[in-house]
Amino acid sequence: MKYATWSKSAGLAVLEPFRDEPGPVLISLQALQREFGYIPAEAVAIVANFFNVSRADVHGVLTFYEDLSSSPPLPNEIHVCIAEACQAVGSRSLEKALKLAHGEQVRDVFCFGNCALGPAAMVNGVLIGRATPEKIAAAMK
Amino acid sequence: MNFAKVFVPGDSAAVSVGADDVVAEITRLAKAADIQIEIVRNGTRGVFWLEPLVEVQVGEKRIGYGPIKGDDVAGLFEAQFLKGGSHELCIGNVEDLPWLAKQDRVTFRRVGLNDPLSMSDYEAHGGLIGLRRALKLSGEEIVAEVLESGLRGRGGAGFPAGIKWRTVLDAQSDLKYLCCNADEGDSGTFADRILIEGDPFTLIEGMAIAAIAVGATQGIVYTRSEYPTAIAKLNAAIAIACEHGLLGKNILGSNFEFNLKVRSGAGSYVCGEETAMLESIEGKRGVVRSKPPLPAISGLFGKPTVINNVLTFSSVPAIISEGASAYKSRGVGRSLGTQVFQLGGNVKCGGIVETGFGITLGELVSGYGGGTLTGKPIKAVQIGGPLGAYFSPKNFDLSMDYESLLAAGGMLGHGGVVIFDTEVDLAIQAKFAMEFCAIESCGKCTPCRLGSTRGAETIQEIIEGHNVAANKKLLLDLCEVMTDGSLCAMGGLTPMPVKSAMINFPGDFENRSAVTK
Repeated sequence: MKYATWSKSAGLAVLEPFRDEPGPVLISLQALQREFGYIPAEAVAIVANFFNVSRADVHGVLTFYEDLSSSPPLPNEIHVCIAEACQAVGSRSLEKALKLAHGEQVRDVFCFGNCALGPAAMVNGVLIGRATPEKIAAAMK
Repeated sequence: MNFAKVFVPGDSAAVSVGADDVVAEITRLAKAADIQIEIVRNGTRGVFWLEPLVEVQVGEKRIGYGPIKGDDVAGLFEAQFLKGGSHELCIGNVEDLPWLAKQDRVTFRRVGLNDPLSMSDYEAHGGLIGLRRALKLSGEEIVAEVLESGLRGRGGAGFPAGIKWRTVLDAQSDLKYLCCNADEGDSGTFADRILIEGDPFTLIEGMAIAAIAVGATQGIVYTRSEYPTAIAKLNAAIAIACEHGLLGKNILGSNFEFNLKVRSGAGSYVCGEETAMLESIEGKRGVVRSKPPLPAISGLFGKPTVINNVLTFSSVPAIISEGASAYKSRGVGRSLGTQVFQLGGNVKCGGIVETGFGITLGELVSGYGGGTLTGKPIKAVQIGGPLGAYFSPKNFDLSMDYESLLAAGGMLGHGGVVIFDTEVDLAIQAKFAMEFCAIESCGKCTPCRLGSTRGAETIQEIIEGHNVAANKKLLLDLCEVMTDGSLCAMGGLTPMPVKSAMINFPGDFENRSAVTK
């Protein structure tokens, strides 16, 4: 995934389409995340001012949702499902192996809806069924 | 010119095991041999152990080959698969596959047949009949039909859809909303995703009928962010539906207006709870609301709101086109119609099984599922997602319907059935249920927020063999507090997997020190 470089003006351009959106905070943070790969600290006040809500409201939403990140993206985003259906086919040992090999790039997820072809993982947005460390390594950058 | 027509699912599960590679290879080899073919990216039939499942139209039949890998494609050409030639991976006419032929597909009748975004295919297979009929009925009549059908909320709560709709119909407001809950977060469930990816017009039609019935003009489908393909498909389908007049200012030339959009979740399980979902759509933290007021009275932005699951809305076109009596002729007792079961986990033949309520658990997991993937015996089956109960093979006579499962200490939930072999340790699973709740709790009420962490700690004590009898008593006491004291189903149902594991697998909670260091 390729992300744009953050700047205040680039951020404001992303917010603009949501000016008249009812309940704009989450959807605009999601848009920032998509554009820049994360939500920089200074964006919190910018979003708050833009939509005339408190910084606490924006911070609250930012910290509630797993998808939203305050730190820049790592080279690879590896998500491994550790929910029950994937546990039943060994996702916990896959998770351990992946974390050992790829460290902080690996994040736990609860379910991709691929429960009959587990263990499931997603590498940089690409879903992998019957995932193995080899398949995941092959999909990485 | 009649080109050979080849179907390779574009469903994300099929793609996750190489469907795109198969398409690339078929395209490449067909070009090299100068054979003209048409490749259709259909939805999946939900027969996952055969994915990627390649189908070829041969006369009236669709001859299937699966599971196919990119490397198998050259062999398919050698076997003349475009004419239905024999091959070791050939399964014959797909619809004659006993696994599919035995099912009673109503909500899923079109899933896997065609290009999900072809409106002409949709109409050719019975689409829009329900919507056209609904436009000739009054809101009262539509609601009465849905009520008469016995359709209950397929998201898990099982509340009669018609009653919810009537409440919104009767509510006075300048603006009413429909919210479709596609935040399918339960592990072991994937029917919403497959339906949205494989037959999105059915959901759109069902929502349009509901909108006409209750007088709603705005609809939102809240889809989890873990389903990027479903979100893209649904957005594309909405645009096509607008072009064909299914949505927008004058639905199919009538005076009804209904607009639909997709909202993506952001990785929170509790946002599948209906009031947390409303908060999330309003752009806030997904913290549950106290009820009352019911969302049907005061829902999204304080307006009367129908909230139903994808499968609930998607069952409506069939009910309206064929009538309530046809639908309710299926099922048992007060569980009428069909349920879309989903077989997952350690299962040999996993996928979508739609059939009338009342099939036994054993028929599902042994009959359809064919046992475990690993070949070891089945030890446990979890029904209804992470908040559902664990059952053992002793419970295989259990009838799969709302009431029977409730009576057995479980719940149907969204119809997910997850199978585990003998390697599973139910004390670890019980602890996981508490840990999951601790991670995903919205934090509003104490029993859920704190109880889940204390629960995980207490089960850890049991696992390590400390004061086992006293800790089990404490755990049951905590479960009671969480069940009775939590604001929503997140904390209220987390005790279900824990208690069922203790009851159905007592051995896993005894003599733990022997098995752990």
